[in-house]
Amino acid sequence: MPRVTINDIEIKVDAGLTVLQACEVAGIEIPRFCYHERLSISGNCRMCLVEMEPSPRPIASCAMPVTDGMVVRTNTPMVEKARRSALEFLLINHPLDCPVCGQAGECDLQDITVAYGANQSRFQENKRAVPDKDFGPLVASAMTRCIHCTRCIRFSTEVAGVEEMGATGRGENAEVGTYVEMALSSELSGNMIDMCPVGALTSGPYAFSARNWELRHTETIDVLDAVGSNIRVDSRGNEVMRVLPRLNEDVNEEWISDKARFAYDGLKCQRLDRPYVRENGRLRETSWDEAFAAIADRIGKIMGAKGRKIAAIAGDLACCESIQALKDIMTAFKSPHMDCRQSGAQLDPRVRAGYLFNTSIANIEDADLCLLIGSNPRYEAPIINARLRKRYLMGGFSVALVGSKADLTYSYEYLGSSPHILEQILSRSHMFAELMDVAQKPMLILGQGALVRPDGSAVLATTRNLANKFGLVSHGWNGFNVLHTAASCVGGLDLGFVPEEDGRNVAGILQGAESGEVEVVYLLGADEINTTELGSAFVIYQGHHGDAGAAAADVVLPGAAYTEKDATYVSTEGRVQQTHLAVHPPGQARPDWMILRALSHALGKKTHYDTLEELRAHMVHTNAVFAEVDVAAANRTARTEWTAFGTTGEMNASPFINAVENFYMTDPISRASKTMARCTNTFHVPYLNITGTNG
Amino acid sequence: MTLLKRGVRSVLFSELLSGLMLTLVYFFRPKVTLNYPFEKGPLSPRFRGEHALRRYRNGEERCIACKLCEAICPAQAITVEADPNVAGNCRATRYDLDMTKCIYCGFCQEACPVDAIVEGPNFEFTTETRAELMYNKEKLLANGDRWEAEIAANIERDAPYR
Repeated sequence: MPRVTINDIEIKVDAGLTVLQACEVAGIEIPRFCYHERLSISGNCRMCLVEMEPSPRPIASCAMPVTDGMVVRTNTPMVEKARRSALEFLLINHPLDCPVCGQAGECDLQDITVAYGANQSRFQENKRAVPDKDFGPLVASAMTRCIHCTRCIRFSTEVAGVEEMGATGRGENAEVGTYVEMALSSELSGNMIDMCPVGALTSGPYAFSARNWELRHTETIDVLDAVGSNIRVDSRGNEVMRVLPRLNEDVNEEWISDKARFAYDGLKCQRLDRPYVRENGRLRETSWDEAFAAIADRIGKIMGAKGRKIAAIAGDLACCESIQALKDIMTAFKSPHMDCRQSGAQLDPRVRAGYLFNTSIANIEDADLCLLIGSNPRYEAPIINARLRKRYLMGGFSVALVGSKADLTYSYEYLGSSPHILEQILSRSHMFAELMDVAQKPMLILGQGALVRPDGSAVLATTRNLANKFGLVSHGWNGFNVLHTAASCVGGLDLGFVPEEDGRNVAGILQGAESGEVEVVYLLGADEINTTELGSAFVIYQGHHGDAGAAAADVVLPGAAYTEKDATYVSTEGRVQQTHLAVHPPGQARPDWMILRALSHALGKKTHYDTLEELRAHMVHTNAVFAEVDVAAANRTARTEWTAFGTTGEMNASPFINAVENFYMTDPISRASKTMARCTNTFHVPYLNITGTNG
Repeated sequence: MTLLKRGVRSVLFSELLSGLMLTLVYFFRPKVTLNYPFEKGPLSPRFRGEHALRRYRNGEERCIACKLCEAICPAQAITVEADPNVAGNCRATRYDLDMTKCIYCGFCQEACPVDAIVEGPNFEFTTETRAELMYNKEKLLANGDRWEAEIAANIERDAPYR
């Protein structure tokens, strides 16, 4: 370990660190623009200059590796002068438009200018002006403000994996852009806004809507995919103004997907803000009491059937609290018909390891082989895809795909799309089996596309055999991963919101509703089902958006979206996380578990909990995993057991298809979002295939 | 002796006469009182009176909705809102000033990067109702239009000292 002296403090640091990182270890902050700890080093802003003995000139600390016996000074007059001069050069062409700049208040250049800048410039000539670029509907640009730190270029090339940005020209004529005018085709493009140290790249939808110092920050969790990215919701009054990522090295590092970041405007449109009941074929506004009375009246009529005519489906955004409360009501009515696997994925609820991303997202970096089955992680979980790309860039990582071909931002071996390839690998008649044999820490990712098929259970069993045969599950390593697309699914399975004995699953419930065997269907935010199959059943919809489910409902109960309640979600890696209330639900809408508790009173089946704490204690009683918050299944003290799951059977030959067709619209919130609609128009694949001669 | 002096003064009305003399002197001196409201005293160019929102000479509003005045206002009397739908244009869609909260500290005009919000020389803006003291953007712009000549002159007079 090299020993370095920084400002007369002698410290030992790891070999390979740069001087800037060593200074950080010593607790000394070095101003910087181009250096970012997750990107490669470019060393072009010259802001991080420090003095090093015996060099007569200052050195760029971000690019200089530490050596033993190095003596560095960061507080000498020479360093001060060097920084002041570097800043003066950067400010030569930077416009003085802080009052209208979206970055003002959280701008690195602004902060560092206050610390080091002179209040006068010696530059008398005209400042240069650069035409703004069109980076698509998400990223707004003001390229005159650009200081050419190239963070955005390095981010798009290294992390996002789309080599679309670059710099053209030299010196004063240097410009950052996309070479040809085009929208950035990355699901992580929003992170460039955070990367930019100045206001050159800012959020398009957020532009001019608020200044950052007037926002209230709430730390919470994203639920628009199953990754459970940590986010910060910024609100003003009772309105969500923007969503930013929050650092969590184990989950999302500091990235979030564009859907998580920009779909928030969907929270303001199409909201259910009061209860409705259907009268003469039309939904009529009503009061909570009347809505509950309508439900109690209808359920009272079928009480003789001992609840076997009541069924419940939990949707993709349902929180664990509401799933637990709904399950308690269903249990009180002795109804076995309930399901949280809205897509019809044939996940086995008996074995927890059989429906989790067991490896955990952080441990992807330890794997050396990955087999993707019926999954396109780029669209299903961009954050996991970014982690796979990070692992790929480290080298020595082979990826193979069984499913439909796609651009995953890293190269992979395409094995085909038929499920029978899995059998071939299993019988070692496929070439890929040799690679799996050699791999030390192999992993596989089973997508929802492989499980929603009629033979999904057989695919699950075959994949388990594959995992067993090639040593994916060994001591301290579990390479079997199910990639979920719905935030509620793992939580629902953990709470046992699945058909009990003789119970119906989603398909069975819809079939029963059509044939009249199921008379009451409770949709807890379930919008992705085929609502035309609900037939003449009495449909109760509880949710926050007027989407497919509410349109088919006889009673609509307005619930709260994920930014409007304290709720629990379990991510695909089995990590229990909690959202926090950032804004209050609109109108008469209420947190979902409160609605279900009130409904249980109206139905005469009172729940035994009155507060959120009591409900959460009840959840822990149902499944002990809820006791440990923010711990992935891979890191739990109690290891998940690895017993048989799935049903062995014949797989049919139809190819795997991906679960997510359009990344930008997967749930009621993103479907109601105007920004996501613009993204769909810009990026969605059918549009990309249109050539210039298509009308 | 003292008694005698006092007696002589009383007999000769000298106190009365000296009093009358003082009256006579002030009678011919220039007046210090003003015939308010028809006459007004001089005001410093830095006088902080009623607020106004100014325009450029071509009639364009100066305010760019940067919200620095809102941020600095110690009494939280200012509310500014911008409309993202007119993005690129950068204009306040709402500029509310609660004159009952305002403490006339002048921080808003110091914070303003474009000299849009200023405290003008007008101090006669009493109202009959409280509601009239809730100024909106129209009222402030109208103030600006009415007082522009004086405000511009004051800013020019104060400029050498800034």
